[in-house]
Amino acid sequence: MKSAGSTPSAKPRLTTSAMIASIAAEGQRTKPAPFGHALVELARSREDVVGMTADLGKYTDLHIFAQAFPDRYYQMGMAEQLLFAAASGLAAEGFMPFATTYAVFASRRAYDFIHQTIAEEDRNVKIACALPGLTSGYGPSHQAAEDLALFRAMPNMTVIDPCDAHEIEQVVPAIAAHRGPVYMRLLRGQVPLVLDEYNYRFELGKAALLRDGGDVLIISSGIMTMRALEAAQALSDDRIDAAVLHVPTIKPLDTEAILREAGKPGRLVVVAENHTVIGGLGEAVATLLMRAGVHPAFRQIGLPDEFLAAGALPTLHDRYGISTAEVKRQIKEWLR
Amino acid sequence: MARPTLPNAPSLAQRARNIRRNALLMGEVQGQGYIAQALDIADVLAVAYFHAMRFRAEDPVWEGRDRFLLSNGHYAIALYAALIEAGIIPEAELATYGFDESRLPMSGMASYTPGMEMSGGSLGLGLGIAVGMALGLKRKKSAARIFTLFSDGELDEGSKWEAIMSAAHHKLDNIIAIVDVNNQQADGPSKQMLGFEPLVDKLEAFGWFVQRVDGNDLDAVVGAFDAATAHAEPKPRMIVADTLMGRGVPFLEQREKNHFIRVEPHEWQLALSALNAGDQP
Repeated sequence: MKSAGSTPSAKPRLTTSAMIASIAAEGQRTKPAPFGHALVELARSREDVVGMTADLGKYTDLHIFAQAFPDRYYQMGMAEQLLFAAASGLAAEGFMPFATTYAVFASRRAYDFIHQTIAEEDRNVKIACALPGLTSGYGPSHQAAEDLALFRAMPNMTVIDPCDAHEIEQVVPAIAAHRGPVYMRLLRGQVPLVLDEYNYRFELGKAALLRDGGDVLIISSGIMTMRALEAAQALSDDRIDAAVLHVPTIKPLDTEAILREAGKPGRLVVVAENHTVIGGLGEAVATLLMRAGVHPAFRQIGLPDEFLAAGALPTLHDRYGISTAEVKRQIKEWLR
Repeated sequence: MARPTLPNAPSLAQRARNIRRNALLMGEVQGQGYIAQALDIADVLAVAYFHAMRFRAEDPVWEGRDRFLLSNGHYAIALYAALIEAGIIPEAELATYGFDESRLPMSGMASYTPGMEMSGGSLGLGLGIAVGMALGLKRKKSAARIFTLFSDGELDEGSKWEAIMSAAHHKLDNIIAIVDVNNQQADGPSKQMLGFEPLVDKLEAFGWFVQRVDGNDLDAVVGAFDAATAHAEPKPRMIVADTLMGRGVPFLEQREKNHFIRVEPHEWQLALSALNAGDQP
């Protein structure tokens, strides 16, 4: 990690490449490749499951499935438009493809192909995409800040943003049991393990109150639930009582749970998401509350409407306000 | 492998003429449409549906059927004309073409129409879906095949070439693709938009079994489908069909701008008459 020009006593300078492989913090409990292992487990009982990728098997943990079921694995080459059109064709013949790539390539490059060949035809294809939101330091080419907005806007599409390894293991069989297209954000490699301590079970379309508190309600999805839980713990040291409502299913939204929790008087409502503040969970919740006539004090934590910088993830998460420390700092400031 | 032909069945020439007539009747309903394409591809559709493909008119989703993927969704009027001739869609629905609540929208969509296997409209989708279906049929050890039609203009789409590479890579000998080379797309002659020749050389270099035929010569088209079916190598099959826009209606054949045709009300009868006149020996 040391590089020329740094003083020996300085903090090690973080690099992009050191951080690309994992979003886990140092010392955090993790599980390797939960998606790959869960898919293998699922495929043991469901013969219709096939795995497909566009040259990113190793980088979406699909290689675990490929090793277990080589004859049910389709390497489609670096061709995302083909990947999703072919997934539609396999689904039309009665199979359930799990198609993987990076979130940027599914959401931006292959959007029309998913729209027309999968969503419009309501094909039973599960799309699992690594590097969602800001989980890569490679710059805008690899940062899928808009994926939730794009897939939320697509009719027929179910959209899921899991938090950790524990949840991913449960999302895989749950979306297989649901008939229809699904877009699922994927954490790959050494994936943090958090929710097992909360007695949590993933249920498609359901939000879960992981922690209650009277001062602030944090509504979050994906890795931001992890951050929200850590921030809530830290805020309690300052006698700020934070509730955390985890909303892994972005569409369809659990309107009942959100209205119930956000409707409780006297709490600041903060939506935290690893996504641009445009068109994601924050705006979905805001619209829901406005329509229902529920008007709490409301703030958003999310990525700004700009092309994000390249760099090391911890640096970027701090800069764009989605690190645990920044979540805590912003909430304290808003409550002052 | 071809459909058994009953002794008293209409000839392929009659089938092709009926497809053209159905398309003209639907065009008349709306006063406009992709009529020239329907006329140019009618011979290929006649051979596909009444010589090469296996299907059950009364059961359009019969598992053993050969799948027909219309990649160029704007040719829907042509496929509807063939599906009506095949008895998959009742002839009475001709009059509903393009109207609200019709099963026959202007652009072809699977969710609307029996016998329509994909939703086109956006170009360059069909061959990719064909790859997935072909892989799926092989997984199921099904003898069914994928027929897919696309236009020369679709060769502009990069996704087409992804699928062309993929079908050869996976040795998908259960795909029979037809490219309609009528040299006409929205802004003008296809070859002027983005050059695609020498097409046969390119496709062969990409690992396909390729034949180029006059797509309006029924005997040649029959021969091409037979050869595609009988070919022994584990390669996907492509039929490059050179066709004439407006084929069968001389005054439409000669029309310069015929990508999307508007026909004056009095001209529909003239077109139908011209079609019938062409049938006289």
